[in-house]
Amino acid sequence: MRAVEIADRLRARYAEVLVARDEVAVVVDRDDLHDALTSLRDDEELGFDFLSCVTATDWPGRSPRYWVSYELYSMAHRHRLRLKVGLPEDDPRVPSVTQLFPTADWLERETFDFYGIVFEGHPRLARIMLPDGWEGHPLRKTEDLGGVNTRYKGAFIPPVDRRTT
Amino acid sequence: MSHPSGDPSVTEREAALTDLRRETMIVNMGPQHPSTHGVLRLLLELDGEIVVSAQPIVGYLHTGIEKNCEYRTWQQAVTLVTRADYLSPFFNELGYCLAVERLLGIEAPPRAQVIRVMVSEMNRIASHLVSLATIGMELGAISIMLYGFREREIVLDIFEAVTGLRMNHAYIRIGGVVMDLPDDAEDRIRGFLDVMPGRIKEYENILSANPIWVERNRGVGILTAEDALALGVTGPPLRAAGVAKDVRRDEPYCGYETYAFDVVTRDQADCFARFEIRIEEMKQSLRIVEQCLERLREPGSVMVEDPKVRWPGQLEVGPDGIGNSPRYIKHIMEESMEALIHHFKMVTEGVHVPAGEVYQPVESPRGELGFYVVSDGEHRPYRVKIRDPSFVNLQALPKMMEGGLVADGIAVIASVDPVMGGVDR
Repeated sequence: MRAVEIADRLRARYAEVLVARDEVAVVVDRDDLHDALTSLRDDEELGFDFLSCVTATDWPGRSPRYWVSYELYSMAHRHRLRLKVGLPEDDPRVPSVTQLFPTADWLERETFDFYGIVFEGHPRLARIMLPDGWEGHPLRKTEDLGGVNTRYKGAFIPPVDRRTT
Repeated sequence: MSHPSGDPSVTEREAALTDLRRETMIVNMGPQHPSTHGVLRLLLELDGEIVVSAQPIVGYLHTGIEKNCEYRTWQQAVTLVTRADYLSPFFNELGYCLAVERLLGIEAPPRAQVIRVMVSEMNRIASHLVSLATIGMELGAISIMLYGFREREIVLDIFEAVTGLRMNHAYIRIGGVVMDLPDDAEDRIRGFLDVMPGRIKEYENILSANPIWVERNRGVGILTAEDALALGVTGPPLRAAGVAKDVRRDEPYCGYETYAFDVVTRDQADCFARFEIRIEEMKQSLRIVEQCLERLREPGSVMVEDPKVRWPGQLEVGPDGIGNSPRYIKHIMEESMEALIHHFKMVTEGVHVPAGEVYQPVESPRGELGFYVVSDGEHRPYRVKIRDPSFVNLQALPKMMEGGLVADGIAVIASVDPVMGGVDR
């Protein structure tokens, strides 16, 4: 199905359906996430039965601050859809989808590790890339980038966002 | 219960032995184990030689490529993403550039598309050769290791002639490729196409009927289609389970729909089937490269004309053998102030990409390699997420290893062909 056709079918069900660059994005509330994923999967003509990717973006200063996105694919119809959930800054929690798509396990752990988004009901929500004792969530835009201490006369290489040359 | 001999001490000893047998052992395999393809660590719970549970632990090679991209210009990010899965750099570059091109609403010229397909398929062969070589090495077939790396060397020599580098090429750029093929490229590639079918036959002769090879791979590490899809597994492990998912055919990019090739599948879903898939895919890639060479007879531009996207200067090799562009430097330094300003803007800021987001999948040697790229309209990517197939496929290791022997685990890891640079990024 083409992106426009998918969007037309979904407009009746969801308030925010966007089409851009041949891709459909549907915005749902976090409480409706499971229902949406289940109904998109079980709909015969849509059949979104394969979860490609889970990730997030961080928009400090905006509301909602975090967007978690789920890239869905249909094995039978070979079309795609993006499901997006907006999360507020002070409460970045979203239900885990590992029960529906076991592949989300590591992808959610990675998103937790990088963005600090808590996937409720995840079987083992631990850091995956960074050491367990790491503080902070490095892909947040507000995170300090660090810099490099050198051995040359105590010189310090500033982080990329504070370099002047 | 007393022992039949009536000796109480025997009973105690028996009981103690039973306890000992019931006790499992936790063993760390890796992160520096030679058969873990880099720095993968496995936490194995063993009952003797049987794997009770396996837990892969990753992250030892995390280099923050995604974060780094956010602080570089759109073009510079090409040099970062290419380093993720270092055995298939062209696919990383291709996926990223296709995503950015879709955000920009441009398309690379036809000749650039053909070159992209050709280098990708050569890269697929090189990557499958490494996979074959490392499986061979880990299962004790050292000769195949030497053969695999020998043939890969031919491909890398071609890459060096075309891009200047053997790995991490940064050859595919936003809007096309950085430069056209050198004059001797066709001869070199023809030479490769001539020797390769015979060499692949050789691998098959050595391995396909080799009783030890068959014994160690056949029926080992079974991953059914249902489990594979639930775990998001793509690439050879999925096709070995009979599911013909291939992004090149399902969601064609770079004109793949116009090339003749088959999506190879097997039904056994074991390590041997994955090995066969890789052998067959190398043959299919040779077919595609052959078709690319035909199409490359047509000359043409390899980069879009849009001055807001293409790099302003073009290097040429001077008599001293060093790349420079004297004519262009004369133009910006002596003739045109506007050209100098434009050059300065392109070097410091680069491309401006309209706000938006795309997810662009490509079929890498290991499966679906996806790039989720978000722009906020600035001259730097706002977010680059690499959906690396090795990372997702590794989740299926416990499913394939548990209940099997430790030695089979080695075959299983190798058959998934994870590249830790891609897993940890």
